[in-house]
Amino acid sequence: MIKTIIIDDEPLARDMVKEYLKAYPFISVVDECGDGFQGVKAIAEHQPDLIFLDVQMPKINGFEMLELLNTQPGVIFTTAFDEYAIKAFEAHAIDYLLKPFSRERFDKAVQKWKQHHSATIPNRGLKEMEEETTALTPEQHSRVVVKTGNNIRIIPMHEILYLQADDDYVKIHTKEGAYLKKKTIAYFEKVMDQNQFVRVHRSYMVQVGQVTRIEPYEKEGHLAILKSGEKIPISKTGYPKLKAILGL
Amino acid sequence: MTSARITSRNLLLINIALSAVFIIIQTAILMWLDISLRTSLIDSGVCYVLLSVICYNLGNILRYYRPGKSRFIYVFIWDLAISGVWLLAINWILSSIITEPGYLSLLPKSLPIRLFVAFLITGWFAMISWVIYSNEEQQLNEKRKQEAEKLTREAELFKLRKQLHPHFLFNSLNSISALTIARPEEARLMVQNLSDFLRGTLKNEEELQVTLEEELRLLQLYLDIEKVRFGHRLDTVVAKDETCLTAKIPQLLLQPIVENAIKFGLYDTTEKVLIKITAKKDDHLLTISVQNPFDPATSSSQKGTGFGLTSIYRRLYLLYGRNDLLETKAEGTLFITTVKIPQLG
Repeated sequence: MIKTIIIDDEPLARDMVKEYLKAYPFISVVDECGDGFQGVKAIAEHQPDLIFLDVQMPKINGFEMLELLNTQPGVIFTTAFDEYAIKAFEAHAIDYLLKPFSRERFDKAVQKWKQHHSATIPNRGLKEMEEETTALTPEQHSRVVVKTGNNIRIIPMHEILYLQADDDYVKIHTKEGAYLKKKTIAYFEKVMDQNQFVRVHRSYMVQVGQVTRIEPYEKEGHLAILKSGEKIPISKTGYPKLKAILGL
Repeated sequence: MTSARITSRNLLLINIALSAVFIIIQTAILMWLDISLRTSLIDSGVCYVLLSVICYNLGNILRYYRPGKSRFIYVFIWDLAISGVWLLAINWILSSIITEPGYLSLLPKSLPIRLFVAFLITGWFAMISWVIYSNEEQQLNEKRKQEAEKLTREAELFKLRKQLHPHFLFNSLNSISALTIARPEEARLMVQNLSDFLRGTLKNEEELQVTLEEELRLLQLYLDIEKVRFGHRLDTVVAKDETCLTAKIPQLLLQPIVENAIKFGLYDTTEKVLIKITAKKDDHLLTISVQNPFDPATSSSQKGTGFGLTSIYRRLYLLYGRNDLLETKAEGTLFITTVKIPQLG
């Protein structure tokens, strides 16, 4: 039996998918979710093979939800937004169904998934993630969604003090504490407002408004002192960038 | 027309330059007629300084008041009158301050020609001022008109794009598609509501102002559709004084405000969402407020108003020339959008 979960905030839209799925007795709908928070929980619980996912949903959108998953099941997007198709395929979606969709189109998507099903989806490499910035949702430019234990936290960009690369993760430092996100610094460099955040070092990005002063450090190096007192290393190439934004 | 290139700012400059030229010419003529340099200069100076002041004032009058084209003749009559007054004035001034005998005998004989020259100068100056000012006014009107037209068009386009929000339409169609399976009766009702709503939004703009009752009727269609889409999550309350139903409101002003509130409420929280719309009227102001729940902790990225309200803000400014008619505020977990519609008469 193949397990699937439908995640959509409109009950009738979920009914539509359920109706079309009746033609597939080997696929069972193990859960239905009205938002991404429930989605994350349900996916962790049921470990489905396939999910039907809407983009625009309460609190966090479909893409942000996918970012929170440890292992990603097969994803078929079902949405009325046609502007995120490219982004969907970057997120390794199997298909992208535009609402309202016909049974024929739905069947094609399921066929596609069946073909892909045998070949398990490889773990997404870091390099690949760095490249995926073609079509971000507006939400992704203004906030970061992180998971801490069982909680999901939405961090508005302006609450981020600085970012620190940490192996395959980026450590997001805020007033309340630090959170890990499986992304690269390069990703944030592309997403964040360039007038607010500067990559001052290979492993660091800092919010300009948080810098209170810059001190020389060893030879040729510098340190940015934040309001919180933390010290961020500035590289030789990062120094002129920070200076330019600060208007020095 | 080259004069169209001369701006009103240059008029004073032209005035002064011309006066100087005429002073020189007249001095030369008088000296040629054997009048002393001093007297010649006083004569020319008095004549053209006075004329210059008159022209300056004439220009200023024409800036704010220009008789219609058919009454252009009046301007000539004015000119003649002004020139006459000027002539009397200089005759009196010059004959009382200059004592040179040769000059005093020349002065009365020169009066007709002086009148003629003054008439020509003031007439020419009036004409040039006329052309410049009417050109400038026309340009200004043209610009204002173009801007107004542009904004109207933009607003209309914006409305078509945003109010007939494609996502709203496609999601509604998807809901209808789902309803046809098990509840065809409801599907039919939703098709009806959607059609009536679309017809309402596509209605042409002949009637810019509609009664609140009409606006609320259209809004109700929209709310019914949204309630079908979001099922149990969405609840709406419309509280209104019966007295304000006849109040006038710009067509389709309320729906985008409510749409914004619904989206804000539905996407910013995961709980049930109550949208409360209240309308009341006092004196000459219809006040409508729309309230939705939100999460103050995460909605900072929304920056308060939300995108949907910028067009409302602009429309209100275009219609009433005021930018204090739309207000938003957060009270705890409630976000309140208030719009005020001035009632004329």
